[in-house]
Amino acid sequence: MSLLEVKDLSVSFPTEDGVVQAVRHVSFTVERGEVVGIVGESGSGKSVTSMAVMGLLPRSASITGTVLYDGVDLLTLDQKTRTSYRGNRMGMIFQDPMTSLNPVYDIGWQLSEAVRTHNNISKKAAKAQAVELLKLVGIPQASKRVDAYPHEFSGGMRQRVMIAMAMANSPDLLIADEPTTALDVTVQAQILETLERIQAESGIGIILITHDLGVVAGMADRMLVMYAGSVVEDGAVDEIFYEPRMPYTAGLLGAIPRVGEAGAKLNQIKGTTPSLINLKPGCKFSSRCPLVIDVCRNVEPPLAATDQPAHLAACHRWKDLVGVDASAIFLQETAG
Amino acid sequence: MPDKEDIVEPGHDDREFTVAARAQWKTIVRRFLRHRLAVISLTLLVLISLWAFFGPLFWKYDFAALNTAQKSLSPSRQHPFGTDDLGKDGFARIMRGTQRSLEIALMVSIIATTLGVTIGAIAGFYRGWLDALLMRFTDLILVIPLLVLVAVLSAGVPKAPWYTIPVLLGLFGWPLMARIARGEFLSLREKEFVEAARALGVSNRRIIFKHILPNLAGPIIVNATLTVSGAILIETALTFLGLGIREPEVSLGLLIDKGLPAYSTRPWLFWFPSLAVVIVSLCVNFIGDGLRDAFDPKQNRVRA
Repeated sequence: MSLLEVKDLSVSFPTEDGVVQAVRHVSFTVERGEVVGIVGESGSGKSVTSMAVMGLLPRSASITGTVLYDGVDLLTLDQKTRTSYRGNRMGMIFQDPMTSLNPVYDIGWQLSEAVRTHNNISKKAAKAQAVELLKLVGIPQASKRVDAYPHEFSGGMRQRVMIAMAMANSPDLLIADEPTTALDVTVQAQILETLERIQAESGIGIILITHDLGVVAGMADRMLVMYAGSVVEDGAVDEIFYEPRMPYTAGLLGAIPRVGEAGAKLNQIKGTTPSLINLKPGCKFSSRCPLVIDVCRNVEPPLAATDQPAHLAACHRWKDLVGVDASAIFLQETAG
Repeated sequence: MPDKEDIVEPGHDDREFTVAARAQWKTIVRRFLRHRLAVISLTLLVLISLWAFFGPLFWKYDFAALNTAQKSLSPSRQHPFGTDDLGKDGFARIMRGTQRSLEIALMVSIIATTLGVTIGAIAGFYRGWLDALLMRFTDLILVIPLLVLVAVLSAGVPKAPWYTIPVLLGLFGWPLMARIARGEFLSLREKEFVEAARALGVSNRRIIFKHILPNLAGPIIVNATLTVSGAILIETALTFLGLGIREPEVSLGLLIDKGLPAYSTRPWLFWFPSLAVVIVSLCVNFIGDGLRDAFDPKQNRVRA
């Protein structure tokens, strides 16, 4: 049984302008010990998907589909049982470590709170555990630092504390929502190293949400590419990086500057993402796709198998990407 | 931002750097102490409180004792604040009156703050129809003049004990605090640390009272302090109108009321209690100012 199995998940929000279909028919799985990267641009539904898994969406959101965690459908649980999963069986790390810690409490209190929310243990025992957690995420002088306040910590250290909090109850699943976006590059590397080490030691499953393809390449085993609320490509990281089967992914990959290719032209995906209100039929990427044909505008391609095993893509023309330098398709268009 | 502390260089002795915990309240105390007027006011208020609460234990006259032999005396060493037309000692009465007025003000502040913070917190945290309902109720309470309302209600209770007034004032004095608390909650509930607490599985109740509420310590303390000075003045006004504290109970408002008819003949009966009201409420106001500056994170410059 998979650790997490999301099937046909859809999330929509009512707004004054109409219903926003933030996530549409998303399905994926996460196994124990697996790191799954979710990439996509802002508004592609990455965070909403993870929030739906955690159960942190506002009440106004309407959610359909199933989220099986260890075989239990989280979406059908009552509020209380659901809360007992959060922070206990699954942990979450947020984007901005500067605001994710409560400024009025010391680090020790916040870590103890994470422990004590799900375990009936004394304050002293929880504090001792807090020190251990700080050591786990590599904070030097943990027994002293545990009494410090968040404002005395740097951004990188705060993100470590957030990881420690998420790991407090040894969850099986960790959702990291852009864990390195707010940090500078050297600290990013340290945080990713910490995550990798913890993942190797504890064998948990991680969902890594990011728009940094480099982070996914370095850490994830599998990746999902999301566009306009749905998954457009799903497969092993290497396969997707070297042989994308969806023009959108190809465009993203071609937009990464590479060392040693100074002066080379970068890809540009023209246009912007479609509005998620009143979506048109057909492939949502068709208006920006250089390979667009008539059928793309009318029929939305399902996420289906390609020539590679366990590599799914939602594209009518994936066959035309086999064996070609995928990133070139956007350049030709620009030249022409 | 460079992450120097994060990296332990090879060969670097780990003991070298020490972490001095600089708790926020220490900074706040330091800022408050820099506000001279507030510090002076606080000292004065503490002295006045000690005098009002413990003075009667040592003073030779009781506030209610009649002494027809010593009627209407002007201030002297025997009677520093004089006596009234029944020979009651002014000094004892002002001690007692200050004590009652302070008690009333504290009660009002505690009741109003508790109610206001709770209502505001619930409205701001849950939003939606609950928020709308509670805030319209708050508006309703706010548009009814407090003085008139309490006057009418207290007049309806014959033989009311003294604490009727502060309870009534507290029960209707919370709207401002509720609005402040609601505003703060509306902004704080969207903070990531609240979301992080939710992701940890912390219950709503605990998020409201343990995670968010302490972040409001500043506005709550400041507003509670200002409520104290407001309550002293309102109690005085009510009693002066004959609708508040009644004899044989004594408050500063009552003493002013009783002293007014003798304003020209025995001015000490009017001036001493009035002076006490002015000093006490000024002190509380200055303390409130000092607290507000101390809690304001933007306030960093040195004060004169």
